[in-house]
Amino acid sequence: MTRITVTVNGAREETAVEAHESLLTTLRERLGLPGSKNACEQGECGSCSVLLDDVLVCACLVLAASVDGREVRTVESLADGSALDPVQRAFVETGAVQCGFCTPGLVVATHALLRENPEPSLAEIREALSGNLCRCTGYGQIVEAVQRAAKTMYLHGLDDE
Amino acid sequence: MTRILKSIEEFEGEVSESLVIVDGHDLPPARHDGGSPEIGRSRRRIDATQRVTGRARYTQDLYLAGMLHARILRSPHARARVRRIDTKRAEALPGVRGVLHRFNTPKTPFRGDDVIFREEVRFVGEEVCAVAADDEDTAREALALIEVDYERLPHVVDLEEALGDVAPQLESDGNVSESGSHKRGDTKRALKEADVAVDVTYRTSTQLHNALETHGAVALYDGEMLTVWESTQHVFGVRTGLKNALKLPYSRIRVICDYMGGGFGAKNGVGKYTIVASLFAMRFGKAVRCVLTRDEENLAAGNRSATLQQLRLGAKGGRITAIEHTSWSNSGQGKWIANPTGPTNTLYEVANVNTRSYKVVTNAGSLSAFRAPGYVEGAFALESAIDELAEAAGVDPLTLRRRHAGAGKDPITGNRYSDKHLLECYRIGAKEIGWDRRRAGGTRGSAPHRRRGIGMASQIWGGGGGPPAYATVHVDPDGSVVLTAGTQDIGTGTRTVLAQICADELGVELDDVRVQIGDSAGPFGPMSAGSMTLASVGPAVRLAAHDAREQLLGAAAGVLETPKAELRLEAGAIVSKGARTPLGEVLGKVDNNTVIGKGIRFPNADDLAQKTFSAQFAEVEVDVRTGEIFVERIVAALDVGRIVNPLTAASQVEGGVIQGIGFALSEERIVDRALGRVMSGNLEGYKVPTVKDVPTIVVKFVDRPDRRANNLGAKGLGEPPIIPTAAAIANAVANATGARVRHSPLTRARVLEALALAGIRD
Repeated sequence: MTRITVTVNGAREETAVEAHESLLTTLRERLGLPGSKNACEQGECGSCSVLLDDVLVCACLVLAASVDGREVRTVESLADGSALDPVQRAFVETGAVQCGFCTPGLVVATHALLRENPEPSLAEIREALSGNLCRCTGYGQIVEAVQRAAKTMYLHGLDDE
Repeated sequence: MTRILKSIEEFEGEVSESLVIVDGHDLPPARHDGGSPEIGRSRRRIDATQRVTGRARYTQDLYLAGMLHARILRSPHARARVRRIDTKRAEALPGVRGVLHRFNTPKTPFRGDDVIFREEVRFVGEEVCAVAADDEDTAREALALIEVDYERLPHVVDLEEALGDVAPQLESDGNVSESGSHKRGDTKRALKEADVAVDVTYRTSTQLHNALETHGAVALYDGEMLTVWESTQHVFGVRTGLKNALKLPYSRIRVICDYMGGGFGAKNGVGKYTIVASLFAMRFGKAVRCVLTRDEENLAAGNRSATLQQLRLGAKGGRITAIEHTSWSNSGQGKWIANPTGPTNTLYEVANVNTRSYKVVTNAGSLSAFRAPGYVEGAFALESAIDELAEAAGVDPLTLRRRHAGAGKDPITGNRYSDKHLLECYRIGAKEIGWDRRRAGGTRGSAPHRRRGIGMASQIWGGGGGPPAYATVHVDPDGSVVLTAGTQDIGTGTRTVLAQICADELGVELDDVRVQIGDSAGPFGPMSAGSMTLASVGPAVRLAAHDAREQLLGAAAGVLETPKAELRLEAGAIVSKGARTPLGEVLGKVDNNTVIGKGIRFPNADDLAQKTFSAQFAEVEVDVRTGEIFVERIVAALDVGRIVNPLTAASQVEGGVIQGIGFALSEERIVDRALGRVMSGNLEGYKVPTVKDVPTIVVKFVDRPDRRANNLGAKGLGEPPIIPTAAAIANAVANATGARVRHSPLTRARVLEALALAGIRD
């Protein structure tokens, strides 16, 4: 076991991890944050998307031991109690959520996109989210949610910073 | 008065009769004048906040104190006898609690077998052993330490190979058995007398469900109750499976499915992983988690069978006079097949029809229901072949279909349809896609090497639902409402639409209704499958809300000292001559009382056929150099009765279309014939459509209530949208290029081959 110190959603966490353990396992099983989902464990589906030092990663592909001293943000950090952030609100309002298993990953990936590119084109949205698989929706409402979130965040400024 | 009534239900293409205990009377059809406060309104999902925040707890998110982790050792061989199992090294590993296998596991009847670990394993991925350990890593490590002595046996995984003479015969009566047939008229004579005929062979590949949440269960046993959390489409089905396997009474089993990450038919009942988790939980008195990996999911959790289908169609005087359709489905080790000839038997009014379908057993993973099982495969073949016939007869394919789509009766039973608007679907869809732009031979595409075409296909399916289904509505003294119903929300929006129906009938705000479902401790309800949830459970919810409202108005009459006839319940308040008293205020006067409304699903009429109908139109471009198909637009026009929530309904349709596009273009399980191994067991090798693969999808509903179906006038909608997609695309490709691709998915290789055959390229 290796001891690591990592800032998760703004809080400093100290935990012991196995040498081969993924960040996803650490988040879900050691830190009580199961919002990031485990659906493929090989970086194909995007359901475990988190921000590592503000960079979008699949938590299943990151070794937990490698995040020592770094900062992780998960889907659990986005809402403030019952107040949803603009991306989450847009997903709810447009009906972009069906079973919801892919949704946390999509919400985090959308954040990463809009941070880099506040006014993405349709093609840019599709490119940015092509690593997040959804098996229930037709993706159309997801794209609509991203466009709606972009508009809201552009008008009000990035309120999560 | 309590009495027994007869009902007719259709499930996945099979019609059956049942008896129902009923009490009281059903409600007349709900009003459809646009004045309903909730029904017919687009509403956000009431549970969406939990899902977007990551707070929703799915089965795989349960981590209970002291929980053990179970993992399954699977056969690496397509067919082998398990002669000996040595678990000494595995059991010596610190943290390992126990190993289950065929030599130490009690009889646990499971889907026709009396054990879960068979002596002869019959596909790569079949369960051989299970390990319980303190953590996942230890369980995995233990699997590698188990030594199994296999005697390898000859195997066959491919459908057409299994049909041949040299294949090993896997059952005493061979690999092939008939699973259904239908005959009306005289097809031989009609084909002889036909002006034109086509004789064509179609193939469809195996499709894998790949719901984002894999199968899994967490079991807990406290010495009296077995509680199982499972990602399932039927909490009551899992309960029955556990009762049969473990010989426990219903009263000692509770199955819970709160949030669920998709099923598409693969999660309709108990799994071996459920029984494994339960056996370990009962042995150790601890919680045990058994959740499959993606690879396991794609080996052993079901699929849509590959099919081989032969069709002969004849036409005379511009009408279809005969259809012969024979189909073989690769069931793997499954005990049934879904019938691909269903659409041929029922979709069109054709006088001479002769169909037969066969189940073929192989050493591949078993089929399970997959969103309109059989009908997706069958519609691809039938609707493609009808276009081939139309082309041969020189008739517009939509015109040809119109001539046979107006029948008012089910051709098999002779029962009248409760309602049918297929011709209206054609009208709406043709207008929206611009069918009059379609030219025989297609048109030029957006580049010199691209051809453009339009195609369409239609669909029939059940979706009428039926009893038994139950609901209760509890109104608490503060006026808040708890709706409990026998169902689960597998991602379709069931929670939301049931809340809408309850709020609408009861006369309260949507926000005041809390929905409690996905728990076998509540009243019974059907599987969330077969497009039957809304049409089964919705009418019971409406009746329960109606019962509660009547009681509330009676209570309010007493509290307010006003005749009941002068009172209404609207938006959570008792209204009397313009005065509004909030429900909580009225009930506060009789604090601690609870009003309990009860509702059941009344039987279906036994002389009507309840069906859903739709048509899809596709516009595509095909790159004739590369064989790549670009689907640009899909129009879906559906007749599924009344629409309760247009937002969630449209989502269901779009999702179905996308899965249909996957089936049509990219999704295909690849199995190595020599070893029987699945080569596309993960999401890298198996191509599920992404956001970049999605065309414009236009969804149109006829939206007329089916008043003879049930008290809501709503029918099911989960499956209709996936049925015609692949055929519509294949027909558009044929229109664009003149090349007919008769094997789904229409991969580039297959398109190029068809183009070469048609002489369009070398």
